[in-house]
This record gives sequence, C-alpha cells and structure tokens, in this order.
Amino acid sequence: MPEPTYVVKLKQDQIPRRAALLGQVDIELTERCNNACIHCLINQPDSDANVRAREMDTTFVKDILRQAADLGCLTIRFTGGEPLLRDDFVELYLFARRLGMYVLLFTNARRMTPELAQLFARIPLGRAIEVTVYGMHPESYDAAVASCGAFADFWRGVELLRAHNVPFIVKQSILPSNRPEMAEFEAFAATLPHMEQMPGYAMNFELRGRRDNPAKNRFIQTLRLSPAETVSMLNRNPHYVKEMREFAGKFMGPTGDKLFNCSAGRIACIDAYGNAQMCMGLRHPAMVYDLHKGVGSVPNACPDGGDLKDLPLRYALTEFFPRLRELQATDPDYLKRCARCFLKGLCEQCPARSWQEYGTLDTPVEYLCEVAHAQARDLGLLGADEHAWEIEREESRERVARFVKEEG
Amino acid sequence: MNEKMADSLTLDMICAASDDVVAREIEGELILVPLAAGIGDLEDELYTLNDTGKEIWGRLDGVRSLRQIATELANEYGAPTAEIQRDVTGLVGELVRRKMVVVH
Repeated sequence: MPEPTYVVKLKQDQIPRRAALLGQVDIELTERCNNACIHCLINQPDSDANVRAREMDTTFVKDILRQAADLGCLTIRFTGGEPLLRDDFVELYLFARRLGMYVLLFTNARRMTPELAQLFARIPLGRAIEVTVYGMHPESYDAAVASCGAFADFWRGVELLRAHNVPFIVKQSILPSNRPEMAEFEAFAATLPHMEQMPGYAMNFELRGRRDNPAKNRFIQTLRLSPAETVSMLNRNPHYVKEMREFAGKFMGPTGDKLFNCSAGRIACIDAYGNAQMCMGLRHPAMVYDLHKGVGSVPNACPDGGDLKDLPLRYALTEFFPRLRELQATDPDYLKRCARCFLKGLCEQCPARSWQEYGTLDTPVEYLCEVAHAQARDLGLLGADEHAWEIEREESRERVARFVKEEG
Repeated sequence: MNEKMADSLTLDMICAASDDVVAREIEGELILVPLAAGIGDLEDELYTLNDTGKEIWGRLDGVRSLRQIATELANEYGAPTAEIQRDVTGLVGELVRRKMVVVH
C-alpha cells in the first residue's frame, strides 16, 4: 500500500480564492527616487523632506500589511519611487514575510548592499526582483536617469544580486539614450537565469499621475514611441503574433459604456501617503480612499453592524471600489468611439490614462487610439483607412475569429 | 541531518513548528509558507496539509509529545490509537524532512 501524502505542494493560483479577497497588494513606499528619470510619471527628489514627512510611517504600513494578510493576500509588491530609499525597508520586508506573504520588489538596484543581498538570499522574497535598466553604459544610463554615477551604483547592485544568487529579472524603458543598445541589453538579459522570456519594455509612457508638472508631461510625450515604432518594437518578439491570436480570442470586442473594463479595483494599490487606489495610475481625488480615515466617516459604510469599522482596506475593496466600478462613461466622443470599438485588448485607454492626459475619466486618448489602430492594421484586423468603432459588431466578430484561426 | 532525524522519530519526541515557516489559514485551509531559504523545493512554493495534518499541526507546541498528541486525537475522534500514531509520525516525519518542524 502506498504511503499516504500528508504535505501537499501548492502553487499560488491553487489557493482557495473565495475568501481570499486579494491575490496581491501593491504598495508604493515612496514617490522619492535617487534617479530623476526624464520620462518618470511619479518621481520626487530623494532628499525632499516635505514629501518624506507626508509618507506613511512604519506603523501604518505594517497595519496595511496585516490587513492584507487577513484578506488572504499572498504577494506584496513594494514599489515607488525607489522603495529601497526607505530607512525601514528591511523592517517592512521582514514583517511582510513573517505574515506569510511573498514580496515582489521593483527597484533600480542602486541602493543594493551586501547586507541586503545576503538577507534576500537567506530569507528569499519568493518572487524575482524586477530591476529596470536604463542603459548598458554610464553615458546612456546616467543621461536617462539624470544622475551622475548612477550606472556604477546600478551595476554594483546587479552584481551583488548575482553574487548572492538572488533571483531577479530586468526590464527597460526605451529612451533616446539607450535605444541603440537594445541588442546589448537583450544579450545581457539572456545571461540571467530567471529571465524566462524576452525582457519587457516601456515605450508608450504614461504622464504624471499627480498632474503636477505640465512641462514634464509635454516632454514625456516627446519620448513616446510613435505608433509605427511601437508596432515595430512589438514585432521584435518572435512570438508576438501567436500571442496576439490567443489574446484576441479572449479579449477583443466593444467595451460598452461602462467606465471600467479592466481589473482596476480588484486588487488594491496603496500610494505613498496611505490612499487606496483602484490601480497605480488612477489618482483622481474622487477615486481614491484615504485609509487613514477608517470607515467611520463614511455614511452607511457598515449597514450590517459595522464589522468593517477597523478594516479600511477591506472596506475599500468590498464597498468603495465596487461602487466606482459601476460608473458609466458620459463623454460623447468616448461613447461614439471607445464604447463601440472592438480593439479592447490592444488599446490602453482607461480612466487612469484619461486622467493623466486630460484630467477627466473618459476622454479618448488620441495617442493610445493611434497605437491600437496601428497594431490592428499590422495584424490585419483593420484596413488602412478604417476606424475600429465604425466596424459593425458582426463584421468585427468575424474579423477577430478569422485572425484567431489563421496559421503562422 | 533532517533525513536522519525524520527516520529516527519516536512517539516520545517533542516537536514544534520551525520559525522558518509561516502557517496561515485561508478559507479554512492551512497554508504553510516557507520563510527561510532551503525550506521546500522552490522559493515560491506553498504547502497545505490534509484535515488530519491540520489537527496535528495545531498541537505541535513544543510541549506535548507525539504520543500525547496521538492519544488526544484518538480520544477526540474515537479513532484507533495505533492508526493515529501512524499518522502523527508520518506527518511529522515528512515535516521534519522538509525542515518545517523541529525536534526539541
């Protein structure tokens, strides 16, 4: 008779999800950064005392972590700004791990130390660190991050991770200074043991979510790849078309007039000041929930007796965000175009991008529309002069079905 | 070392959960999350125990012997003591091998 198995291995997606409200919580530990990237949508100066004073303190972050664990959360993403700028990073990291959560760290690796790399080797994060690479040489890297000597710090950090066998992957923002180095970057990425696919690229940059710097926003717009360049970049991935066929079968079709057609609000994103957001990009003041308030100040927040009183994160996820997800778009142009467009899945139009670009929730973002149309034309889903929102529903279904079935 | 300890496990031994693993309950299911390197096979792997295992895990307090735990469970569930003892040593042996439980 075979020996009974008492201990069963699980992958994260095998965990019961009915009561586990949260697969992941994203926490932006700070907006401050030791880089001053020319394309960044969030960064504040690393030494800005005012910004620092407004950030969540250690106790508050720990309370959020505790609430997340109580909701069944298995992964915490620490991001920023540069999360390693926080003096209490190690304390927060260990706290999250001791609550039984894995940690996904987004970093530029410049603040990596031998002690920290040793800690990650001894108490693993459970998720590969994601390091953004801004250039493969001091000239290109330092130009992109507007910080002298940054490349040397970055490279030292990466070497420390390698020396201690700490799993990490790399990704890149495509900028004028590093664009000629893409082949070199990809060759470097291929040497990393945890890179299972081609590195990810940021190229259609978001504008600043705080809408705090119009001049910088205008500059960021000049750094974006054109629609044609975007298509060319996507086609560098030899599996791109095959992946798009699989993707299109699941995610293409008109979005209708609901404002949210994405997963916003199904996980929680916490900004550096303790506001729960539906996604990291959506910082519209009416769409965020201040976790400092608790729910006591919200009328009818707890009609069944107040069991959410001390659980603002649960309240945000189960009461606040679901109400927002029911909102309808009202912009006439959006209703005429986006609501009827079958390129959902190719297009990044969403309330967050509309907010960043125009300070509204449902204005069509022309750049994103052009990128999506360029992709659709490249994939054979649209003719040269066609607009996707003008294609009849049945016709668009047939085009997608044909595309999904095509070989090659 | 752990293999040897697991193989020589006896009912008179006293065991406790290792500090290198975190036990969580999610929707009634006990989930064991490795904390330190070397626990489990892969870094992002989680573990769960069957119902019997969950009952035993909750009693591994570093005070009661495995025999005491088996007797308590046999009385509580009206099951044959020998069968429960087999389950206790089987489970704890596996957990010791995986470094999730330490022998005091």
